[in-house]
Amino acid sequence: MHRKRLWNVLDYLLLSATAMLFIAPVLFMVAGSLKPDARVLSEMDSLRAVLPAEIDWQNYRDVFARIPFGRYLWNSALINGLIVGLGLIVNALAAYALARLSWRGRTVILAGVLALLIIPFEAIAVPLFYQLSALGWRNDYLVQVFPFVANPLAIYLFYSFFLGLPRELEEAARVDGAGILRAFFVIVIPNAKPVFATVAIVTFLLYWGMYLWPLLMTVDDGVRPLPLAIATFYTLPPVQWGDILAFGVMMVLPVLVIFIAFQPWFVRGVATTGIK
Amino acid sequence: MSRVTFTHISKRYADGTQAIVDLSLSVADGELLVLLGPSGCGKSTLLRMLAGLESPSGGEIRIDDMVVNDLDPQQRNIAMVFQNYALYPHMSVRQNLAFPLKMQRLRRRAIEERVRTVAERLSLLELLDKQPKALSGGQRQRVAMGRALVREPKVFLMDEPLSNLDAELRLQIRQDIARLQRDTGITTLYVTHDQVEAMTLGRRIAVLKRGVLQQLATAHELYARPANTFVAGFIGSPGMDIFAAILHRDEQGYAVEIAGRSLSLRDSGYAEEVLSPFDGKTVQAGVRPEALRLVRGDDGDVHTLSVTLAGVERLGHEVIVHFPAINRVGGSQAEHSARLAYQDVLQIGETVKLGLSVKDLYLFDPNGSALPRVGDNVSPTATD
Repeated sequence: MHRKRLWNVLDYLLLSATAMLFIAPVLFMVAGSLKPDARVLSEMDSLRAVLPAEIDWQNYRDVFARIPFGRYLWNSALINGLIVGLGLIVNALAAYALARLSWRGRTVILAGVLALLIIPFEAIAVPLFYQLSALGWRNDYLVQVFPFVANPLAIYLFYSFFLGLPRELEEAARVDGAGILRAFFVIVIPNAKPVFATVAIVTFLLYWGMYLWPLLMTVDDGVRPLPLAIATFYTLPPVQWGDILAFGVMMVLPVLVIFIAFQPWFVRGVATTGIK
Repeated sequence: MSRVTFTHISKRYADGTQAIVDLSLSVADGELLVLLGPSGCGKSTLLRMLAGLESPSGGEIRIDDMVVNDLDPQQRNIAMVFQNYALYPHMSVRQNLAFPLKMQRLRRRAIEERVRTVAERLSLLELLDKQPKALSGGQRQRVAMGRALVREPKVFLMDEPLSNLDAELRLQIRQDIARLQRDTGITTLYVTHDQVEAMTLGRRIAVLKRGVLQQLATAHELYARPANTFVAGFIGSPGMDIFAAILHRDEQGYAVEIAGRSLSLRDSGYAEEVLSPFDGKTVQAGVRPEALRLVRGDDGDVHTLSVTLAGVERLGHEVIVHFPAINRVGGSQAEHSARLAYQDVLQIGETVKLGLSVKDLYLFDPNGSALPRVGDNVSPTATD
C-alpha cells in the first residue's frame, strides 16, 4: 500500500517536471512582458524571471506606439481565417471523393496526395514564387491564402476519418431521398465534428507563424501578417526585449483561445483518427 | 403498390468476384419475398442493387414497368432497413423519422402528422425526443422500421434486420414485421441467412448460393421437394443427409445400394424412365435426419444403416446424433445426423442401427439436381 503511494508521488513529480519544461518559456514570456526592459535579461537567473515584482503595462503601450499592431493582427486573422475556412470545405470535399466515390484514377490521386505530405514548403517556395509572380499575384491577401487552401495533411486526416464512418449512414440517407452532396452536408459533416476541429486547429497552428512566404511575396505593411511585424523589433534599434515579449504574448493569445475552444473536440478527433 | 422484376441480372465486382449470376426473379405486388442463403451468396448484393446502392453489370431491374437500373437511390422511392439500423446518431428519434419526409419537401404540418402516426403504430411516442444512443437494440430496430415506413414507399427492403437482436426479441419483432407487412401491403424483400426467419415470414423464399438462384418456392416445397442437394442440405435443422448410392436394376425393378445394402425403389415414387438413364451409375440419395429412426434388435425387413455415433446432443424433446459420412464422395458432407426420440439412450462411440423407409428417400442426379417424383410438377426455379 505504502509502496503504491510512493510510486504515485514519483509519478506526479515526474509529470510536474515535464510540464514545467513546457510552461516555463511561456511564463518567462508573460512575466518579461510585464516588467521594464532592463530587468528582462538581468533577472534571468532568479525566480523573478517568471514572477515579476510589479506589473507594468509600458511594453504593451510601446508595441502599439511603435507599429500598427491592430493592422497586423487583422491581416493575420483574415489570412488564417480564409486558409482555415476555405481549407475545411475544399479538403473535406476532396477527401470525401477519395474515401467514398468510385472513379477512374482515384488510387493514383490518393497516392499523389499522400506523397505531397513529405515535401517541405521550403523546397517549393522559390518555384512557387516565380509561378505566382508571373501571374502578377504579389503583395496582396490572395497570394498569402491561395497556395495553402488545399492541404495534403488535412485531406489525409479527413480521408481516414471518413473511412471510419459507417457507410450505412450515407446509404440510408441516399435511400431516404438525399443526393450525394446532401448526404455529405446533412449526415456526414455533423458526425465528423472532431475531425473538422482537428483540421482547423492543425492548419491554424501551421500558418499562424508563417514567415518565409509573406516575406517573399509582400512589401507593403498593409497586407503583412504578425510574424513579419515582430521581426521589425529586431531590426529597429534599440532592441527592446520587453516589447518583443509583449508582442509575443499578444500573438500567442488568439492561438490559445482557439485551442481551448476546440480542445474537447480536438482531443477526441486525435483519438478517433488514430484508432479507426 | 408495386411489382419488382429482376431480368437476367448479373453483378461482377471490380476485383472480379461474381456476386450474382444471370438471375431472374419477380416479386408480386404486396408480396413479402425472402432471399435466403449462406453469407456471400449474393442476397444482400441483390437488395443493394434494387436500392440503387450498387449497379448491376448486366440485366434489367424494374419496379412496375419502369427500368430503374440508372436511377439514383433517391429517385426510386424505396425504403430500407439496415442490419445495424443506420440511425442518424446526431438526430433525435423524431428527426430520424422526419428525415425521409423532409427530403420529399413535405410541409412541416404534414411531416409532424405522419411522424406521429408511425410513432403510434410502432409504440415510439415516448421515445420521440431521445437520441439513438439512448435506445435499446429493440427500440433502435423499431425506429429503423418507422423511418422506412413513414413515407409509404413502393418497396420495402430489409437486410437481416433481426440479426443484432437477442433470440426472444427476434421472435417478437419477426411477428411484428409479418403483421406490419400484411397490414400495409407494401411489396417487401427480406434478406436473411436464418431459415426459420425465412420460413415463418415469406410466402415464397428464394434460396441463393454463390450468386445463383437455387430454388424459388414456398417453405413447404423447399422442405418437401428440394430442387437440388444444396437446398436439401441447407433447409432443415440439421439439413438432409446425402449419401453416394449406386443405382442398379434387379428382378424387382430399380434399387439403390447404400452402405453395401440394396434398397428397392419399387415404392419410392420414382418412375422407371426417370431412373433408367442412371442405371449402373452413382447417384446421390438423401434422407431427412428426422426420417431416420433407431432400430434395436432384429432388422426385420427394414433397411438399416449401421453407424458409430460421433456426437450426441440432447435437446430435451429430442436427441440429435452425428455419425461419420457413409460412402463419402468428393465435396459431400463429412458428417451425417439423425433426429431421434428423446427416450433413446445413446452414448458417443456406440454402434447403432438406423432404419429408413424408401418413401423418405430423395434421389439426385450426379450433379445434384433432384430427380422428379411421380406427381411432382414443379420446375426448380419457377418464377411464380
